[in-house]
Amino acid sequence: MADKPRTLYDKIWDAHVVERRDDGTCLIYIDRHLVHEVTSPQAFEALRVSGRKVRRPDLTLAVPDHNLPTTARRDAAGQPIPIADPESAQQLAALTRNAPEFGIRLIGDADPEQGIVHVVGPEQGFSLPGATIVCGDSHTACHGGLGALAFGIGTSEVEHVLATQTLLLKQSKTMEVRIEGPLGPGVSAKDLVLHICGVLGASGGTGYVIEYTGQAIRDLSVEGRLTISNMAIEHGARAGLIAPDETTFAYLQGRPYAPKGAAWEQAVAWWRSLATEPGATYDKVVVIDAAEIAPTVTWGTSPEDTVAITGTVPAPESFADPSKQEAARKSLAYMGLEPGQKLAEVEVQNVFIGSCTNSRIEDLRAAAAVLKGRRKAANVRWAIVVPGSGLVKRQAEAEGLDRIFTEAGLEWREPGCSACLGMNPDKVPAGERCASTSNRNFVGRQGPGARTHLVSPAMAAAAAVTGRLTDVRELG
Amino acid sequence: MQAIRQVEGRAIPLGLKNVDTDVIIPAPWLKTISREGLGKGAFETLRAEAGNLFDQPEYAGAPILIAGDNFGCGSSREHAAWALLDLGITCVIAPSFSDIFSGNAFKNGILTVVLPQEQIDRLLEVATTDPIHVDLETQTVTTPFQDRFAFEIDPFRKHCLLEGLDEVGLTLARDAAIGQFEARASAERPFLAHPEAA
Repeated sequence: MADKPRTLYDKIWDAHVVERRDDGTCLIYIDRHLVHEVTSPQAFEALRVSGRKVRRPDLTLAVPDHNLPTTARRDAAGQPIPIADPESAQQLAALTRNAPEFGIRLIGDADPEQGIVHVVGPEQGFSLPGATIVCGDSHTACHGGLGALAFGIGTSEVEHVLATQTLLLKQSKTMEVRIEGPLGPGVSAKDLVLHICGVLGASGGTGYVIEYTGQAIRDLSVEGRLTISNMAIEHGARAGLIAPDETTFAYLQGRPYAPKGAAWEQAVAWWRSLATEPGATYDKVVVIDAAEIAPTVTWGTSPEDTVAITGTVPAPESFADPSKQEAARKSLAYMGLEPGQKLAEVEVQNVFIGSCTNSRIEDLRAAAAVLKGRRKAANVRWAIVVPGSGLVKRQAEAEGLDRIFTEAGLEWREPGCSACLGMNPDKVPAGERCASTSNRNFVGRQGPGARTHLVSPAMAAAAAVTGRLTDVRELG
Repeated sequence: MQAIRQVEGRAIPLGLKNVDTDVIIPAPWLKTISREGLGKGAFETLRAEAGNLFDQPEYAGAPILIAGDNFGCGSSREHAAWALLDLGITCVIAPSFSDIFSGNAFKNGILTVVLPQEQIDRLLEVATTDPIHVDLETQTVTTPFQDRFAFEIDPFRKHCLLEGLDEVGLTLARDAAIGQFEARASAERPFLAHPEAA
C-alpha cells in the first residue's frame, strides 16, 4: 500500500485520516473552516441548543459576503449605513454575534480585508496547499487552485466541523483533466473552465475529485487556477485540485496567515512532496487540446450549455439524450433564444464583473485592458464591477483601474457576492440579459426571470462596449 | 433526526434533469436564520407555472419526489433539504444526485434512492395514478403493479437513517482519537496546525 504511487488527492487524504472504519468511511480532519452568514446561523443555533462548543476556533474564519450591499456602506460622516432589507440585516447581525460568542475570528463588513470568503481565504494565506478546507458554500472548491482539498458542505456539516473539526467522508474517485498545449490569445482561465463544463457536462464529475493538469494549467497564475477550481462543482466534482508549484509558493509567501521563517521552509518542502507520483493512476482521464478552445459563453440554464463565441445556439434535437432535448427546449424558452442564432448577435442589457470566480486583481486588469479608452454601449443599462475583497479594491484603485471602469460608464462597487446570486440588492431584471463573470446561469439565479450568459472578465468588458456578446479578440 | 424505515404514498413525477438548488429553493429564501417554513419557497419558479405538478390536488402532501439525472446540483444550501422536508417530502428517487445534496438530505432524514433511468421512467408512469412504496430496510421500491426495484445504499447511512442517529454526537464520542490526531499532525505539520496572523 505504502509503495503504490499516489495522486495529489491520495496524499492529502491519507495525511488527514483520523480513523478509518471497516466500510471505508473515514473521519477526516479539517485544517481550515471558512464561515459566512448564509449557511451558518442554524449551525451556531444547534450548538447553542445542545450546549456544544467550537473545538478549534483558531482554525475557523468568519467573513460576511452574500448579503452585503455593494453600494457605499458608510455615510459622509463615516457612520455605518443601515442595511435596508431586514432579513439580510438579521442574517449579518447573527454572524457578527455568533463569531465572538464562539471565539471565532471575524473579518467584518467594516474591515479593509472584508470580501468574498473564497477571495479572502487565499489572499490572507489562511488557505494553504495540502490543507483540508471546508465552507458552507459549494464554491469552496475554489481553494483547490492552491492545491488544497477544499469542498462545500451543508449546514449540518458546518455544525459537525465546528463541534469536532472533522467530517465523516468516503474517499472520492479521482479524475485527471489534462489540458495539453497553451491557451490561445484572448482565451482565459474562465473560457477554459467553461469549455471543461461543456465537455464533462454538469454531472460528469459527480463522485470524483478532479486534478487539473497539463501545460495550460501550469501556465496559469494562481488567480487563474482559482477560477478553474472554483467551477469544479459546475461539472459535478465536489473538489478540484491543481498541484502546488513555484507559482503557488510565490503567491503565498508573506501573506498574513502564511507560515513564516523556518516554518515556511518546512511547509514548502512538504508541499513539493505532494505532487502526483509517476505511475499513479486516476479512475478516469480526460484530455483536452487547448488549441480547440475559443472564448466561450453559455447559451442555456446549466453551466454545461457552453459554446464558442464564434458559434450558434444549438437545436434541442441535436442532443442524443431525450431528457437533455427537453431541458434544452425549456432553456431556450427561458433564455429567449432560437436555434441557429449567432451568439455574437445576442444583445445584453446588463454586465456583471465580479463573484468568487472572477473578482481577483488579474480579472479586473483583464476587464480594464478591454475597457480602457472605450465607453459602454447605449443599450447596456446596468454594468457593475464588484471587486472580490477590500484589498483587491484598494490594489485596483492604486493601479487606476477604477477610473478606467467609471470613465467607461461602469459602476465601481464595494466587495461582496453581489449579482452572482442577488441575495443583496444587485439583481438583473426579468427578461433582461446579463453578460456575467459569475459561475451559474441557473433559472432565476441573478433575479427572477433574469437571463445569464457566463463569460470571462475580458468578454464581459467586450460585451459592455458593443452591447452584445462579442468575441474579445475582434476588439484588439 | 427523525428515523426513517418506509415511505409510502403518492410520488410527484417531476422527471426533470439537472434540477438545481436554485430551482428547489431560490436565493431570497436563504435569508432565514431558521430551518422552518421553507416549503413556501420550494420550487417557486416551477410553481409559478399554471397547472404545475406541485399544485395538483392528487400530489398534495406527497412524500416522494421522482426526478431526472443530477438532482440537487449547484449550491451547498441545506435549505434545499429543509424546503423538501417542509413540503412533506422524505424520499427523492433519481438516476443520480449531486454529492452535496445527497449528504444534506441524509443528514435531515431524507432518503435518496438511486435507480437506473428505465426504472425511473416506469415509476414516473405509475406515479401519475398510483402510490409508490419505498422500504429502506429491504432496499426496495415497489408499486401496486408488482414492480420491484432494488437500490443500493451506504450501510452506515442506512444504519443512521433507520435509527435516526445524530452524527455530531457519534463523532464527539471519538474525542480522544481526534485529540491524538491533532497532537501528531501538530508535530508533523506545525505550519498547518496553528494559523497566526503576522
